[in-house]
Amino acid sequence: MPLHRPESLDAALELLQGGRAVVLGGGTDLYPALRDGTPPPEMVDLTRIDGLRGISRSGDGWRIGGATTWTQVVKAELPPLFDGLKAAAREVGSVQIQNAGTVAGNLCNASPAADGVPALLALDAQVELAAPSGMRRMPLSDFITGPRATKLVPGEILTALFIPEATGQGAFLKLGARRYLVISIAMVSAVVEMEGDTVKSARLAVGACSPVARRLPTLEATLAGKSIAQAEQAALDYGYPELSPIDDVRAGAGYRREAVATLVARALSQAALTDKEVPHVA
Amino acid sequence: MSLDAPQGHIGFTLNGSEITVPADPTARLSEVLRESAGARDVKVGCNAGDCGACTVLLDGAPVCACMIAAGQAQGCEIETQAGLVAGDRDAERLAQSFQRHQAAQCGICTPGMMVSAVALLRSGEDLTEESVSDALGGVLCRCTGYRKIIAAVLDASTAAPLAEGGVGAPIARLDGWQKVNGSERFGDDVAPADALTVQVIRSPFHRASFSFGDLETFREENALELILTSADIPGENRFGVIPGFEDQPVFAEGETRFKGEAVAAVVGTPEALAGMEPFPVAWEELASVLTPEGADTAVLLHGDRADNVMCRGYVARGNAAEAMSKAAHVVSGEFSTGFIEHGYIEPEAASARRVGDRIEVQCCTQAPFMNRDGIAGIMGLALEQVRILPTATGGGFGSKLDLTAQPYVALAAWVLNRPVRIAYTRTESIATSTKRHPSQVHMEVGADAEGRISAVRFDGVFNTGAYASWGPTVANRVPIHASGPYKTPNYEAKSAGIHTNTAPAGAFRGFGVPQSAVAQEQLYDLLAEKLGMDRLDFRRLNCLGNGDPTVTGQVFEAGMGIDACFDALKPHWDKALAEAETFNASNKARKRGVGIAAGWYGCGNTSISNPSTIRAGITPEGTLCLHQGAVDIGQGANTVITQIFAEALGVPVGQITILGPDTDITPDAGKTSASRQTYISGNAARLCGAALRAKILRQGNVSEAATITLEDGGITLSDAGTKVRVLLEPSEGYAIEAVESYDPPTTPLDENGQGDPYAVFGTAAQICELEVDMALGTVKLLRIVAAHDVGRAINPLLVEGQIEGGVAQGIGLALMEEFLPGRTENLHDYLIPTIGDVPPIESLIIESGDAHGPYGAKGLGEHCLIPTAPAVLNAIAHATGARVHHLPATPDTVRVAILASGKGA
Repeated sequence: MPLHRPESLDAALELLQGGRAVVLGGGTDLYPALRDGTPPPEMVDLTRIDGLRGISRSGDGWRIGGATTWTQVVKAELPPLFDGLKAAAREVGSVQIQNAGTVAGNLCNASPAADGVPALLALDAQVELAAPSGMRRMPLSDFITGPRATKLVPGEILTALFIPEATGQGAFLKLGARRYLVISIAMVSAVVEMEGDTVKSARLAVGACSPVARRLPTLEATLAGKSIAQAEQAALDYGYPELSPIDDVRAGAGYRREAVATLVARALSQAALTDKEVPHVA
Repeated sequence: MSLDAPQGHIGFTLNGSEITVPADPTARLSEVLRESAGARDVKVGCNAGDCGACTVLLDGAPVCACMIAAGQAQGCEIETQAGLVAGDRDAERLAQSFQRHQAAQCGICTPGMMVSAVALLRSGEDLTEESVSDALGGVLCRCTGYRKIIAAVLDASTAAPLAEGGVGAPIARLDGWQKVNGSERFGDDVAPADALTVQVIRSPFHRASFSFGDLETFREENALELILTSADIPGENRFGVIPGFEDQPVFAEGETRFKGEAVAAVVGTPEALAGMEPFPVAWEELASVLTPEGADTAVLLHGDRADNVMCRGYVARGNAAEAMSKAAHVVSGEFSTGFIEHGYIEPEAASARRVGDRIEVQCCTQAPFMNRDGIAGIMGLALEQVRILPTATGGGFGSKLDLTAQPYVALAAWVLNRPVRIAYTRTESIATSTKRHPSQVHMEVGADAEGRISAVRFDGVFNTGAYASWGPTVANRVPIHASGPYKTPNYEAKSAGIHTNTAPAGAFRGFGVPQSAVAQEQLYDLLAEKLGMDRLDFRRLNCLGNGDPTVTGQVFEAGMGIDACFDALKPHWDKALAEAETFNASNKARKRGVGIAAGWYGCGNTSISNPSTIRAGITPEGTLCLHQGAVDIGQGANTVITQIFAEALGVPVGQITILGPDTDITPDAGKTSASRQTYISGNAARLCGAALRAKILRQGNVSEAATITLEDGGITLSDAGTKVRVLLEPSEGYAIEAVESYDPPTTPLDENGQGDPYAVFGTAAQICELEVDMALGTVKLLRIVAAHDVGRAINPLLVEGQIEGGVAQGIGLALMEEFLPGRTENLHDYLIPTIGDVPPIESLIIESGDAHGPYGAKGLGEHCLIPTAPAVLNAIAHATGARVHHLPATPDTVRVAILASGKGA
């Protein structure tokens, strides 16, 4: 049962040709999905590839290597723009999972409740995909296409995320039925840029309330020029037609829809604050 | 792959030693550490990162070894609990602190907790409750309620260990050190390396008929050693726990009655099982019923149980209907609770070997003698041919009373004459083990104008699942307990256990009483509100006192301590109410509430014989041995029973060698359930200690006041300044020994449930303070104050541990837990409280004594969680004005209730 541990991207891409081998990152989605069964017969571990791990400045923004762990995100020196992403990183399962689980893994697993996705959507993240034929980039919002579905083609590797430079401050709120190790009922990430006491721009994304986490462009467009109190009210009054929450073991659809409005309002307010309160809501 | 290790091998540093082990590099690191590297201090609780029991340090960082490919550890440094405690100063200090604080109960989560904590200690981060919680938030514990774990990490130091002592002393757990140093061995930790593995083939449908293909061909083609089906049961294909209700087959015959029911088992090497083709069984799904609604008209699960009613319970006193009609105030309501999973972190595990014409089974269990009798019946063996060797049990809470994994390994080892093992997967454990009964309760309470309870009517329907298990116990217990510890002159309580196509509901801490308390204690709040009375005062006015008859007409002349519990809570109650009022005056989005609830529980079996036997002896060499068969599942029986015995004998606990449990060498101390071990086995230990003392004193011809000292390979007696040496005769067995039994004095109940069902009741009352986010319905618990009348605290630290753990389970019942058959069969969909969900708990230990308990001690285990859920629900109602009738009170449920109450706008 081979486990390949390539140290270069080219070697990894070559190992993945033929479609037999399965990509392994931190293992925090792959192993649980086996449901106690035996692992795939051939795996390619991407965590030792040069340049796939770590966060760096890149042109007009930041590059987050695909194999960067959530702990690395938490510990990275980053501007307030990333506060939402960092808060989300701290909510990924547990310390154990944050130490192993990777950013690319969270995206490629494409769970509707993936903790990392709303914050990255709110940051306008782009994904970089590598194939033997070359690299391509696309917005994260295009990359994830449905529950457990992405535009990653066989043999391709999500090598990095790019976050464009922006001013503003991030926030993230996760709603669950217990404090740690919890799958979200709903979660919201916001990036807000203030101009004095008014909102200059706001970017909002919601997870666990639709097949794929969604940005809220219509609401975002209405917020510029509003005070935070007005923006919060707008969030509470908004209908959230982008979302299609479901009933599941964690909560009912109606509750999710209502809770999202509260969470968006609070996330806006929190992202506008310079002194943060603890972001956990449940 | 790195070439550092030979093909098929992986090299890493394990606890400072460089090792190379044969391993599949894609295998889970946890499996390789346990099975190839011998690190069985790494526990497997879920194989999904949901429980953290397998936490190890990988190059210094805590990770779940169950989700790391073994090959990813190539060349890495791995540290586990055992290695850390042996070689790391931080870890050693932590271990000592865990002992001082009794932060390990059963010990199964302790490796994960301690390894995670070592990473925090090494990080240099400030130690605060928050940083400890963040660091340990990925490890689940079901026993402790986490508070003592937090305290132990905050206090990791070289402070002096706890002093020794007898009854009343907070001594360290006598079996504690092995739990904190990584040497404790649980169900799957003792499996022989050469054992074959059993895998059970289970029904994928709630109800199905099935037929097998060619099993012998399948066996040969898949290199299996053995396939077992119902045709291979040499004795009776039937087991159970209540006489007359043994209705569960080891393997279903023709039709399965719940999802996950076993139809066959395959036995082979792990490699053969991993590569096995789909098992040749054809299923036909049949119509099923999952709730009591409709069960009366569904196909009978058991032909002799009409309308799918397993059994009913009934208690009546006075004239409830008439008194209700005359009551000045009446409240009533419907309340329901769902299936609750025990959620111990150690899944069921067992191994067996055949020794001549005997079978020996090692397993985690709460009931070794009942297991022995069950196995003997299934295998057609005499009782003496079966030996049960309980391992450490990684949590039980009722579900490890029943047979689960044991019959499979026993049958396979018997046939093959080779050692055989099994460890349930988490999904297998949750899907097939017994559960807390879902309840639907209609209850009505009436009071006179002065606020005195005049009448109660209670009707509870309990979903007992596909098989009886402990369902009859629940049906019997609930009507006796549904009044709560209150004077209720006119009372009528009915219960029914209904069969459905779900996992059997069985024993779970409280046997139905927590469910009835959810209804009764909430209605008491409503009644107090109607009366305009303070909720604590209302309860204090109505609570049972010495000399008051219970609803079965039983009168306790001493030791009914619920009044003292309320009195102890009163200052906390007044303060909490005032604080909540102040907070609420200036906060709109979040509201605080304070709730109170009480509970009671009769210790031991209901109205039937329930003896325990304890044996002790002194060898000719002067070694004092205590044959302690009261299984310690984390609650502390090894320590409590020894403390009682030591007190009665008059020697320090440190001089006692504990033997067992082992059905060959320990007499039957009954099952660990129904809060009976401290009371019943404790009494047997007291009698045994006293009998041994009398024999020793008689041999020395000294007075009752003499002091016994075990020294220099013999006994010295000191009496009024003189010393006498007792000669120990050479003997094959003990030079001096004693065996004593104790059986609680109870009486049968008549057709109206009148009589003395238990010799001892324990009582408790708890306050919950919490905060509700009005817009989201999320509940943040702030504090629990728990007053418990334990009669006498044999070991106050163990009492606190039981209270804190019970409260945590009550919190889970109230706020987040519900097993949905086929849906929440893992620990990320079935939620139990994490370290961040249990608030500070203040225990107020009341010692009102008891006429029967050893040194006045009562049982405690079940009592702890009974008041918690209603206290939480009453606090939610106080905070929000919204009452939750149907558990769990998840955020959406609370929010819906808030909206329904008109206060959510």
